[in-house]
Amino acid sequence: MADTTALNARLAPGPQGKKPRPILAPRNIMLYGALIFAAVYYLLPLYVMVVTSLKGMPEIRLGNIFSPPVEITFEPWVKAWSTACTGLNCDGLSRGFWNSVRITIPSTIVSIAIASINGYALANWRFKGADLFFTILIVGAFIPYQVMIYPIVIVLRELGLYGSLTGLIIVHTIFGMPILTLLFRNYFASLPEELFKAARIDGAGFWMIYFKIMLPMALPIFVVAMILQITGIWNDFLFGVVFTRPEYYPMTVQLNNIVNSVQGVKEYNVNMAATILTGAVPLIVYFISGRLFVRGIAAGAVKG
Amino acid sequence: MTSNSVSVRDLSLSFGAVTVLDTLNLDVKDGEFLVLLGSSGCGKSTLLNCIAGLLDVTGGQIFIKEKNVTWEEPKDRGIGMVFQSYALYPQMTVEGNLSFGLKVAKLPQAEIDKRVARASEILQIQPLLKRKPSELSGGQRQRVAIGRALVRDVDVFLFDEPLSNLDAKLRSELRVEIKRLHQSLKNTMIYVTHDQIEALTLADRIAVMKGGVIQQLADPMTIYNTPENLFVAGFIGSPSMNFFRGEIADRGGRKVVSVNGVDLSIDSYKARGPIEAGRKIVLGVRPEHVKVDEAPAGTDIHDAVVDIEEPMGADNLLWLKLAGQIMSVRIAGARRYAPGTPVRLSFDMSLASIFDATTENRL
Repeated sequence: MADTTALNARLAPGPQGKKPRPILAPRNIMLYGALIFAAVYYLLPLYVMVVTSLKGMPEIRLGNIFSPPVEITFEPWVKAWSTACTGLNCDGLSRGFWNSVRITIPSTIVSIAIASINGYALANWRFKGADLFFTILIVGAFIPYQVMIYPIVIVLRELGLYGSLTGLIIVHTIFGMPILTLLFRNYFASLPEELFKAARIDGAGFWMIYFKIMLPMALPIFVVAMILQITGIWNDFLFGVVFTRPEYYPMTVQLNNIVNSVQGVKEYNVNMAATILTGAVPLIVYFISGRLFVRGIAAGAVKG
Repeated sequence: MTSNSVSVRDLSLSFGAVTVLDTLNLDVKDGEFLVLLGSSGCGKSTLLNCIAGLLDVTGGQIFIKEKNVTWEEPKDRGIGMVFQSYALYPQMTVEGNLSFGLKVAKLPQAEIDKRVARASEILQIQPLLKRKPSELSGGQRQRVAIGRALVRDVDVFLFDEPLSNLDAKLRSELRVEIKRLHQSLKNTMIYVTHDQIEALTLADRIAVMKGGVIQQLADPMTIYNTPENLFVAGFIGSPSMNFFRGEIADRGGRKVVSVNGVDLSIDSYKARGPIEAGRKIVLGVRPEHVKVDEAPAGTDIHDAVVDIEEPMGADNLLWLKLAGQIMSVRIAGARRYAPGTPVRLSFDMSLASIFDATTENRL
């Protein structure tokens, strides 16, 4: 009889035996504790910024930076966007925002277009000198920017582009080339080579294969490249300040000029609002395309 | 007079310092099914890619239909190709895949429709035309890939290990289908594989390759029965041919192969020339050319003991030891032998092969 009850117990539906890991096991407490700590650590500055930007100056002077605003005001945001002064201009960050847009969009499009064709040519059409070309391009990625700044200033001056938006767009396009080409080359090399061969037998040429076969399969890597370029160019400060005139300064440079101005009272709330506004674009890009970004990064590794 | 469909003359190909093909010559007759057989890295796929125009040759010439195509673009060579990984365009439907090359060639739409309809009828893929490749099984994908070669309406089909990605059952099904396709279309087909069963069943002629050199080019039965050298003998056949290293000896006017003190008479062997005594040789005997316990009168009998028995249904494979060497014997599946059973073996030397031990060529 004892045998049958034991057997029945074993045949009962559902999982059996001791639950492998209770929720409050030491291991889970450690794991989630560490994760929560890290999250708080990184989110706290953002919290302080948001809270401060919503306070008025009298409230800030009370000194408690962690307390939520008693009286919520959006005035600092409006001021940061449209009336904060940098030097003689008092039209806020809006000018810098539009400058950054005018710099980022063409630089991103042009650099990705060229780099994807470069990568495709390097991966699939093993032309003479391809290895040398690729090596030079990659070495270019390792030379510190500072070394190249002055020569580029001279080149742009000789071309008559120094101080213009076009000049800065060209610089961004060139500096994006090594890493983007590497990205695209590796992605195209990870696609089955036989696909390319099949297309050649079908009679498709260089551009036909690029547009009809490769491009439709490369969407994830285009998203990755787009994110890299938008965030990289948007966050750039050095090139923006070196290669343009004050009326063309990108948003980052203008932000610096607002925050670091030495005259008058430090308006912490305006500074915080301005900083969040400047950081908003890369953040939004990440949030919208984060999932695609991860998929694109992984796609090269697991593609069969 | 049969004209040559594909001719390869003194073809050489090297990647930097590595020479893959060295002055290779090959003629494929019109309507012939030629199989390039070899293990990986022997240059068989490289040769196929050269014929297709996907690799630039270092030296030599390639003719297709008597036309020198050595430097022609792949599309202008009159070839269609099927790849191991199917290589279907993932973003296009089956119909798009089939018609892509024809659209590139700017054929009129009516002609494209006609050819796609015909190819899909031959391969029975009409119900799949609107699907994407990701919605197809492996066998269906390979069918579409064959269809893509078919619509091109070409003289020469090139297959690069088309069945290697399929499971065993599908592989044998599609193998039969490819053979049927060849019989009805009568095109020239060049087929690369490392699978000897595919080679033996499909080919009109097989070219066995090793190290970028064609070791033997002959019809399947010739390759199987009279291999030109030790490599071909060992490569074809499963289980492999039994090899015995030994020496030719003269026993009172009667030539024998002496292997570790065991004498095997070679009176019935059809040698190409005189084989003098004292020569070091390798004797090759296929498992099915050894008789067990049923020696015809007048043949040498050798005693051995069964080591392992492998029943395979139709056949029964015995592993035993003779002259200090492991050998296999194939007998009818109904005849069973327990391990440890003593048996009496007799060799059919008229079907054996004898190779020189140093040159490894057939004697």
